Amino acid sequence: MSATTLPLSFVNNPSPARWLRFDPDRLLHLAVGKVEIGQGILTALVQIAAEELDVPMDRIRVLSGDTDAAPDEGATTSSLSIEVGGGSLRLIAAEARARMLDRIAQRLNCAPAEIEIRDGAFFRAGAPTGQDYWSLAPEVDLVRPAEGHAAPKPRAAYRVVGQAVRRLDLPAKVSGAAFIHDLVRPDLLHARMLRQPGRGARLATLDEAAIQRAAGGELRILRLGNFVALLSADETVAQRAAVAAPGHARWENVRAIVPAQQEAAWLVGQPSNDQIVGDPLPAAAGTVMPAASGTVVEASYSRPYVAHASIGPSCALAEMRGGHLSVWSHTQGVYPLRAALARVLGVGAETISVHHAQGPGCYGHNGADDAALDAALIAREIPDHCIRLQWRREEEFGYEPLGTAMAITVRAVLDDAGRPIDWTQEMWSGSHVQRPAMGGNLLAHEALPVPAPDPRPTDPTEAAGGGGTRNGIPHYAIPARRILHHLVPVTPVRTSALRGLGALPNVFAIECFLDELAGRIGADPVAYRLSLLEGRPRAARVIARAAEMAGWAGRGKGGEGRGFGIGFAQYKNRSAYAAVVVEVEVDREVRLKRVWCAADAGLVVNPDGARNQLEGGILQAASYTLKERITFDATGVSSVNWASYPILRFSEVPEIACELIAAGEERSLGMGECTFGPTAAAIGNAVAHALGARIRDMPFTRERVAGVLLGG
Amino acid sequence: MSLDLIVNGRTRHVAAAPTTPLLDVLRNELDLKGARYGCGLEQCGSCMVLVDGEPVFACAREAGTCAGKRIETVESLADHPLRTAFLDEQAGQCGYCLSGILISAKALLDRVPHPTRAQIVAALEPHLCRCGTQSRILRAVERAAAALPEGTRTLGAAS
Repeated sequence: MSATTLPLSFVNNPSPARWLRFDPDRLLHLAVGKVEIGQGILTALVQIAAEELDVPMDRIRVLSGDTDAAPDEGATTSSLSIEVGGGSLRLIAAEARARMLDRIAQRLNCAPAEIEIRDGAFFRAGAPTGQDYWSLAPEVDLVRPAEGHAAPKPRAAYRVVGQAVRRLDLPAKVSGAAFIHDLVRPDLLHARMLRQPGRGARLATLDEAAIQRAAGGELRILRLGNFVALLSADETVAQRAAVAAPGHARWENVRAIVPAQQEAAWLVGQPSNDQIVGDPLPAAAGTVMPAASGTVVEASYSRPYVAHASIGPSCALAEMRGGHLSVWSHTQGVYPLRAALARVLGVGAETISVHHAQGPGCYGHNGADDAALDAALIAREIPDHCIRLQWRREEEFGYEPLGTAMAITVRAVLDDAGRPIDWTQEMWSGSHVQRPAMGGNLLAHEALPVPAPDPRPTDPTEAAGGGGTRNGIPHYAIPARRILHHLVPVTPVRTSALRGLGALPNVFAIECFLDELAGRIGADPVAYRLSLLEGRPRAARVIARAAEMAGWAGRGKGGEGRGFGIGFAQYKNRSAYAAVVVEVEVDREVRLKRVWCAADAGLVVNPDGARNQLEGGILQAASYTLKERITFDATGVSSVNWASYPILRFSEVPEIACELIAAGEERSLGMGECTFGPTAAAIGNAVAHALGARIRDMPFTRERVAGVLLGG
Repeated sequence: MSLDLIVNGRTRHVAAAPTTPLLDVLRNELDLKGARYGCGLEQCGSCMVLVDGEPVFACAREAGTCAGKRIETVESLADHPLRTAFLDEQAGQCGYCLSGILISAKALLDRVPHPTRAQIVAALEPHLCRCGTQSRILRAVERAAAALPEGTRTLGAAS
């Protein structure tokens, strides 16, 4: 394997000792940089290590996300934990195994191939050698960097990878304490924030006495410029103070927002940074209209601002002891968070440790990192205490980075047979990633006496999978395909990474538009797609299989309130393939009845975990598509609770059938986000099939249904 | 100020004002972390506990109103078929919502040993799951119902 194809986590952490350790407790201690954010990744990584080293899973302990003791794998994003993290761990484990085998072979004066490993012990000719990983560990150098030469096991020999394995973390999570919120440390002080209502707002007056009265107990109010923290040894007191505080604070220079800005359409026409991806624009200057001759068809789609809306509001712990700051966070990346904290605090990263602690489902860049800075700032002012900073529900909705609204116009030139020969996807969006390392700011940094510089929103590069452009190029065989992306750098609210970034809106637009094109010539949507997938057998296979599972052939002509629709994508055009078919009933509102999904994720480490991700992605995407939108009032987000930001409930959950295509000979493809776009698109197409009229703007609320029924 | 609460079968003396939210008392005074803060608004169900067998949002319930009543948290379900069934079905992703859901499911099975799918859905309707694990959760409750020994059913229903 050449250096250029080695996975990034391996390249950045080539020393096996950084990843694994055989301790006298006869356990294998793994350390990984990818973290558990509800997706079950740690279980799959343990499977990979167990497989390569022939150590049973119950003899493995895993530490993840720790700047003191785990490798730096950046952030846990983009469905890369198995592709990159797992791929790296596999090579590291293979290297450790090879070094161990070399050593035992040397001792026994035999060839390494003569040694068999069972339960971590070495056997020769079927007989125990009396040696195992643990007895050899003191004399084997695992510090020396690996070069990727040790060959992993052949897949035919797999016994653990590919098996449905129970999640290692679930037993604790159905039993009691399991999350960062549950950590208890000495000298604990509970903290809540009074938030600056938007960048630039100045705290003019704060009636501290009134807040003290409302708190009803011993409360400390800490002010650093426009950063206000409320602290008490008694959590109830801190919470009461936080509920009361906004009513006793007067702010100046508060941002002004108009409700029209909550609509995706507002983005169109705003100043933007533009880029073209894919085939060049047609020669005609000053136009984005495809120049090829033929029928030109155009349609526009949109998604509003949406929230991660994790069930548990963000939480962080921080303590300053002896000049060293320790932080516990449910961040997606402990090293990037440490670097960001060091920048804000103006200290060296070596004076900070960040430990990952498991949190509620993440779904992207939510408030976790911001809460960590809140806690760190307080800990710096109040050393020798553990500061437990808990965001409130209203705070999570009101201040977490949102998924940006997105407006998309697709234009296609059709040939005589009604097939697209030139495709331009033009989209307008805010930034899809404003992490601190990518031009964004941690929230509290903007409230400090020396506030953060203006954010410099960018978007992930195409090499990183794109942001607004993610999945903007259709997977289909179309002679010319291009994206024109207008990144609007200044949006009324902070935006950042939300599961799949631009993939959900883009796939929604592409796949709905394809159905519209198929409809023009009376073609069956599945057959139409398959006709555009020549030379793309894995894509064709999932579409055909999902259609078969759903009994697509019998879907009927639609138009009577019941409909079937399909959506497909290969996530990022390079990760897992997924096709989703949904059945809906529509009268005054859209009801999901059944969902079928076929996915090809290559080698699947834990099939049950993978199916869980498919199912979860389907339901979350359905929730976004049918129900979710952030609303604004004059100063910020006004949908700050579950009544004003409803999500899918138990009574709205359809029957789901998911199938993984057997493709174990292929490399693993990241699949945690692969059903997102296809689900949104399938719903869009099913509703159009049911009504004979199309909704092109998410969410598909009652009002939108009424709109197309009345407006036609 | 202090309170006597009967939690998971034990009488616990707690140094807290009666107006303290039950959730804070359970988590901070009794170190029972299974009931979780989600919204404080009775809108998500993460904090659900049983009070005299009825599901109650602990986030907004004053502890003093529960004095002398039987309080049950997820920690009391260690040997309950529900816990086993949720693990058998792998009915979780992040898991944050699960302890509240287990509690409402327990209340349902105590009342209705053989619930229909519609009854399970109705019992869990106050709960939000953001990861999209609802299908598995519904299956897990059905599995638990099937696994309940006869004695447990009548005992649960009668007590």
